[in-house]
Amino acid sequence: MNILMLGWELPPHNSGGLGVACYHLSKSLAQQGATIDFVVPYTADHPGIDFMSIHSVSSLSPLERNELGVYDSSRSVTSRDLPDIPGGSKNIRDVQRRYVSFVENFIQDSNVDVIHAHDWLTMEAGIRAKELTGKPLFVHVHATEFDRSGELSGNPIVHEIEQEALLLADRIFAVSNITKSIIVHRYGIPADKVEVVYNGFDPASLQDGYDYDTLTYRYLEGLREEGYLVVATITRFTVQKGLTHLIQAAAKVASQYDKVVFLFAGDGEQRDELIHLSAQLGISDKVFFTGFVRGKKWRDAYSVADVFVMSSVSEPFGLTALEAAHHNNALIISKQSGVGEILSSIFRFDFWDTDLLADQIIGLATSPALLQEMRANIHDEYARLSWQDIAKQCLSLYGKSNVRIAA
Amino acid sequence: MSQKTIALYLQLHQPYRLKRYTIFDTAHDHLYFNDEGDGNTNNSKIFRRVAEKSYRPMTLLLERLLAEEPDFRLTLSMSGTFIEQAEAWSPDIIETLRRIIATGRVELLAETYHHTLAFFYSKSEFEKQVLLHREKIFKTFGVIPSVFRNTELAYNNELAAWAQRHNYKGILAEGWDPILEWRSPNYLYNAAGAESLALLLKNYRLSDDLAFRFGDKKWSGWPLTPEKYIDWIHKSNEHGSIINLFMDFETFGEHQWEDTGIFGFFAHFVPAWLRQHGSFSKISDIIESYEPIDTLSMPETVTWADSERDLSAWNGNALQQEALRHVYALEHEITQTDDKELIEDWRKLLASDHTYYMSTKWHADGNIHSYFSPYDSPYDAFLSYMNAVRDLRWRVMQHRKGL
Repeated sequence: MNILMLGWELPPHNSGGLGVACYHLSKSLAQQGATIDFVVPYTADHPGIDFMSIHSVSSLSPLERNELGVYDSSRSVTSRDLPDIPGGSKNIRDVQRRYVSFVENFIQDSNVDVIHAHDWLTMEAGIRAKELTGKPLFVHVHATEFDRSGELSGNPIVHEIEQEALLLADRIFAVSNITKSIIVHRYGIPADKVEVVYNGFDPASLQDGYDYDTLTYRYLEGLREEGYLVVATITRFTVQKGLTHLIQAAAKVASQYDKVVFLFAGDGEQRDELIHLSAQLGISDKVFFTGFVRGKKWRDAYSVADVFVMSSVSEPFGLTALEAAHHNNALIISKQSGVGEILSSIFRFDFWDTDLLADQIIGLATSPALLQEMRANIHDEYARLSWQDIAKQCLSLYGKSNVRIAA
Repeated sequence: MSQKTIALYLQLHQPYRLKRYTIFDTAHDHLYFNDEGDGNTNNSKIFRRVAEKSYRPMTLLLERLLAEEPDFRLTLSMSGTFIEQAEAWSPDIIETLRRIIATGRVELLAETYHHTLAFFYSKSEFEKQVLLHREKIFKTFGVIPSVFRNTELAYNNELAAWAQRHNYKGILAEGWDPILEWRSPNYLYNAAGAESLALLLKNYRLSDDLAFRFGDKKWSGWPLTPEKYIDWIHKSNEHGSIINLFMDFETFGEHQWEDTGIFGFFAHFVPAWLRQHGSFSKISDIIESYEPIDTLSMPETVTWADSERDLSAWNGNALQQEALRHVYALEHEITQTDDKELIEDWRKLLASDHTYYMSTKWHADGNIHSYFSPYDSPYDAFLSYMNAVRDLRWRVMQHRKGL
């Protein structure tokens, strides 16, 4: 099986979870015998990726590609001034056009069985490849423009690209039922055309000789010794993540029970609002802002935490919850986060239900047995979905599609 | 027209700015004020810059004017943290100050050592800081002040009563119109509830002409000449004879740069005023020579900052209130430790400057706030501050454990 995989990034040049998912999926597919040609928009070395061929569309560096923005599509497509990039391209649309023409050339002398395109960034190239080869197109939706734009309406050009690709695709992979529901209801796609293909999790990727250093968050460790519970969230501070609701819940917790603190690891345009809100609610001393964390500080943020909260208003999947489970956190996940669909040993809440969230946090803070139980149980199940299983599911879906098209 | 006298009072202050201090520094790094980088929280760098631009040229100019004009007099007040920094980073300025104070024609005022608003949060801590300041002034300049000025000129009736109880002869405040109503700041007053205490009020229009507007080319008064300014002084209430010009010392050379001509203006203004039979007085001279004309009551706190003239520049928003609540809450625990460094670090964090940097007033006053702030935003100032407060708490805990 020859797969033309149309992607936007791969580790270590990824700006988010899209690259991680593409990497693991491709690797597992390759291990199960598939031959993969993976297209990226930039040029760079990918150490450790020898299981597939990587093709570069342009001489852009990964950094320049990052500058174009992946998540913040509304800004990058329309108004943002972008630095001149080699070859005279000015913005993400130019890069996408070049991506399309690269793919047009590429398929002329390659043998492709299926086309697998990830998110709006590569959907046009996927459509073109399908037109030229007649091979089935699988559109893999990791996030829609509705997710990226939060409560805003999003970029109409992006919506249009998504709409067209979802209509023309032979089959659509959605990373959760939440995402499938958006595709069905907001893009009007028949439900039977959309298959839920969850992300897997590879604990081995986090087993890199990491040791928790209790000195990194020494002050918080000091509080833990005094019996405090540390509740963490590790994310981008954007509206989509529902963090104002988490702060509201934190205030409700503080009014009932003193020994809980909240670690907000990350950064984003909502930071000042969150700082101000916690001051207004009189809980500044309970809320710790780290700024953007990477490397050890990032891993240690999970390790110092007892409980991880994902309060997203709209989260297609939510890989960080599985990372938190890996680090022995108990999980509280909004019902609007896809990852919750594959986990049982968690607390769930509607993102707006701050009473319930506060109640769940206090429950964990006041019952060591409950906390212990939830930690142990989630640790047993978080890695249940292996990428090998996901790859099998994809291969089987590719196959069905081929039969149908051949018939 | 009665003869007028100018009471010029200049405030010298530098805070210890807190470096960018994260949660990763908390419980590890107990040095909060030691930034030695290129940023705006490098205290020695800033002090040397302000010394070069303002303290050195202005003290030397004052010394020259005092030598040339036997009737020139003025009043200074300096925070303890200013004196410490000058001793450490520009000791020549302390020498010049000693010489001009030794003339007997330069009065020094009492205030809090650490330039804090402790009066409104902890009377016991406030009194300790006033005492520390008195000791520092005596040790450095050999004088004991008899007139009090509170940080940021923050004043109310309660403070006046306190000052009277502690035997001060006089106190300074803002001459703010809503309080004065039909009255003029150009007289000596009594403080309500402290009838033996003299109250002097800042003539903010004439003071701010120098402090804020002098170099502004869009200002209708620009360019301000000594002649024009003297004319304005004469027109400022024909009957009142005291002109209280209160401002930051850093007006000269730092807030108004040398290229605005502020030094030349001042060098010419002093002799020109004296030639026209005007005089200069120290604050105490005024209290001795004039009779209070009325009693003035300020039940609500009045300060010299922002268009509101209240404490809102320091405690007006939720960030500032949180920061103040948590830092003052540590008073008992910290002073109990008897750890000099810990207590001193805590007091440095009480300086009013820290919460001023957290102000989120974004109208005209906000521009002044951001001009004075070494941080990217009020939120960054707040985060660093809260982490430093947490570190103080950590150190208290270590004390308890006997570590």
